[in-house]
Amino acid sequence: MDFDVIIDSIPKLLDGAVLTIEITALSVAIGLAFSIPLALMRVSQNPALWMPVYGYIFYFRGTPLLVQIFLIYYGSGQFREQFEALGIWQYFREPYFCAVLTLTLNTAAYTAEILRGAIRAVSFGEVEAARACGMSRGLLYRRIILPKAFRLALPAYSNEVVFLFQATSLVSIITLLDLTGVARIIVARSFAVYEVYITAGIIYLIVTYGILYIFRKVEHRLSGHLRERAGAVPAIAGKGGIPAGQAAADAIAVR
Amino acid sequence: MLDLKGYGWMLWDGVQVTLSVGVCAMALALVMGLLGAWGKMSKSKAAHTAADTYTTVIRGVPELILILIVYYGTPTLIQGVLESFGNDTIIDINPFLAGSVTIGFIYGAFATEVFRGAFLAIDKGQIEAARAYGMSRSLAFRRILLPQVWRFALPGLGNVWMVLIKATALISVIQLPELLRNADIAARAVRLPFTFYFAASLIYLAITIVSMLALQRAEVWANRGIRRA
Repeated sequence: MDFDVIIDSIPKLLDGAVLTIEITALSVAIGLAFSIPLALMRVSQNPALWMPVYGYIFYFRGTPLLVQIFLIYYGSGQFREQFEALGIWQYFREPYFCAVLTLTLNTAAYTAEILRGAIRAVSFGEVEAARACGMSRGLLYRRIILPKAFRLALPAYSNEVVFLFQATSLVSIITLLDLTGVARIIVARSFAVYEVYITAGIIYLIVTYGILYIFRKVEHRLSGHLRERAGAVPAIAGKGGIPAGQAAADAIAVR
Repeated sequence: MLDLKGYGWMLWDGVQVTLSVGVCAMALALVMGLLGAWGKMSKSKAAHTAADTYTTVIRGVPELILILIVYYGTPTLIQGVLESFGNDTIIDINPFLAGSVTIGFIYGAFATEVFRGAFLAIDKGQIEAARAYGMSRSLAFRRILLPQVWRFALPGLGNVWMVLIKATALISVIQLPELLRNADIAARAVRLPFTFYFAASLIYLAITIVSMLALQRAEVWANRGIRRA
């Protein structure tokens, strides 16, 4: 073990980690925004709405992410003239843009599927009650179904965010200097192969469990009404609050 | 249809390598999964800690980093050890072996959770009954638990397989001529990147679809002895 190399490489690796987190955050935010309309289209009864979304989700879940990245980054070169005519070629030349675009499309597909499962898991009684109160469809979705579905989806969604965070390591293959990319360059220069990769792996590990910790906090906060109040007498001995989203986690197929 | 300019055979060769790596990795993942599940449920503290560390580390580190560590790190590590004994040899790992072992090792962690859930799903009374008949723990495991665990584990293992086969695309970074790597070579040769990557993606999609159908049939088969309401 060459500890000097490890200590020298840590600041550079952390610079790479910043790019990794930046790409993850950007893709997660845009992907989540896209996934909500997609999930709503997916649960629609109208074939013109759900069929294209079904095809999109199936394609992005059924093919490897690396192939999708190559398809968008290298594949766009085949349509250079058309893209130049449209004035969008400058974006597709950038690995950063292609990476965020692919990861966004990928996570939007997975998230839409998670949300679909969660929307289906909202109990029908609540929907019926809302209808009986005279809520319109839009109001029903906004006030009852979506808030409930978000909470049910949270455990599966936290998995998705962790997977996406780790999947960003693939962007190093299209020359971006994320955590993995920086590690590969340091290894190429110093030949300290396992020292550097293991250090990078540990940084990934720490951030991953950091993300899971934040999600646990959020879940805890959102499920306050399901827990027993502090100091209240437990109704059934040995049975605490229902772990939030437990049922949904079982019902929703995780990647 | 896609015009592959006579390079279709390369994709076909690649599919065969992809499927071979996938099958070898899955076999290893099953073994690791059973071992891991045994460790997680074992009363031995050492086995428990080992299994917990295994799943925690694997789930927290990206596959690509693990592949790079195994493929490039192991030879240097062994060479370093040999050098300290005054032995100067250069060691190369076969990419097929490195790829299968790494992917199998990674997905073994996911299979561990699947098997653990499946073992817990089996009625405890059956084990008690077997023990009451005087079966040893290992015999009860072999005759009672193991034959039934597949039924509960099948959907989860099917999922692991479908994610695993997609993960084999990552082995292209260590130059193994699997589907994506071959598509890459062909794409560069005829300068049609979109055509070849798209063709490769459709092949992966086809593998996924066939796996899903096979899984459905296997589930029906595995549940043939179960009464349903």
